[in-house]
Amino acid sequence: MTVLQLKAVHRTHGTGATAVKALAGVDLIVNPGELVAVMGPSGSGKSTLLNIAGGLDRPSTGDVLVEGRSLLSLSKRDLAALRRRSIGYVFQDLNLLRSLTAVENVALPLELDGSSVRKARKVALQALTEVGLPELADRFPDDMSGGQQQRVAIARALVGERRLVLADEPTGALDSQTGESVLRLLRARVDAGAAGVLVTHEARHAGWADRVIFLRDGVIVDTAGPLTQAEDLLTVDGAR
Amino acid sequence: MSIKHGLLALLERGPMYGYQLRTAFEESTGGTWPLNIGQVYTTLGRLERDDLVRALPENDGGQRSYEITPAGRAELTMWFATPVSRTDRPRDELAIKLALAITTRGVDVRAVLQSQRSATVRTMQEYTRLKASANDAADLSWRLVIDAMLFQAEAEVRWLDHCETALIRATPPDLPYPPAPTADNPAAAPLPTERAHQS
Repeated sequence: MTVLQLKAVHRTHGTGATAVKALAGVDLIVNPGELVAVMGPSGSGKSTLLNIAGGLDRPSTGDVLVEGRSLLSLSKRDLAALRRRSIGYVFQDLNLLRSLTAVENVALPLELDGSSVRKARKVALQALTEVGLPELADRFPDDMSGGQQQRVAIARALVGERRLVLADEPTGALDSQTGESVLRLLRARVDAGAAGVLVTHEARHAGWADRVIFLRDGVIVDTAGPLTQAEDLLTVDGAR
Repeated sequence: MSIKHGLLALLERGPMYGYQLRTAFEESTGGTWPLNIGQVYTTLGRLERDDLVRALPENDGGQRSYEITPAGRAELTMWFATPVSRTDRPRDELAIKLALAITTRGVDVRAVLQSQRSATVRTMQEYTRLKASANDAADLSWRLVIDAMLFQAEAEVRWLDHCETALIRATPPDLPYPPAPTADNPAAAPLPTERAHQS
């Protein structure tokens, strides 16, 4: 089943002479096991697309379906529940709560969703183990490196049964090795059956995606998918 | 880089014969630089002539191993110590193509840029897929070769982005793509660079 579908999505910010078209008719389908990267210059609509996909913003016209349900038809309460249960967000700005430990940060969405503290902690610890940080569960964000904090943010985005993971420049200012480990985690989650959308301006990160779409002025202008014979490509390109 | 220095580096590990050298060379470059056995023997012949390697007696299987000489080791040390000069690399066809696209009437430069960007990103997806499949510490040299290709490709994409931004700034928003000139009006398509100079 398709996890995310955008149908003819338009989004205009402002009205009249100052109106800015952020998206101008975007169609997109993301299936389970698929990571789609979105590239484009500043102001091309990348972040708007991600916010609309995650129910954080509404299209001016068009529709957004997550696991077959139109986000526009949901009440505020149902939309909030869907965001907590089905969608994971990883942003450059980590948004970790500094007064909570790593495991408490990861458990928070589960507790908000009605899980007992004990059960939420157990699931959160499992998520921290997945990102390689089980021993830092009881540390506060300020006592962790940037890379460790980003891993906690990823664990929080992936905890529970999230089927859709949305990432906006998730590697931020991390060094290239740490950034790559973040991409590997995202890739692993998608390979395990989630659907992912990754907004990035770094082509090296887009390389982890199954499909790369290029946005320009709110329109998808091109799509790149991998070739079939990587080894042949290497031999031809790399031979001197 | 020359095959000569590659073989010297491999012989620094210990004596090897031709097929072993070929296999080791391809393994350490992740198969990105295939060699034929003829190239290996030709190069070994030159290295021996220049006293950089020495042929050992044939083994029972009729294979002749080579070992590195002190002069070969000095040559290898010098090679590692000398940075690769950018001017020694082949001219960049893409940069030349873009320069010509901008100064040739009727060419949709943004389409040329996007077509290249898409192709390069596609290549990067492939490199990344290969890298993701090589995860052992034993594969470090191979992963670093792939990383070199990824970083070079990334630099190309960043440069393409830079070109596009420069192009947009040089072109009035009402004329993003210069139309092809017609026979009636050969000057109908002022080039982006010309427009920039006029304004």
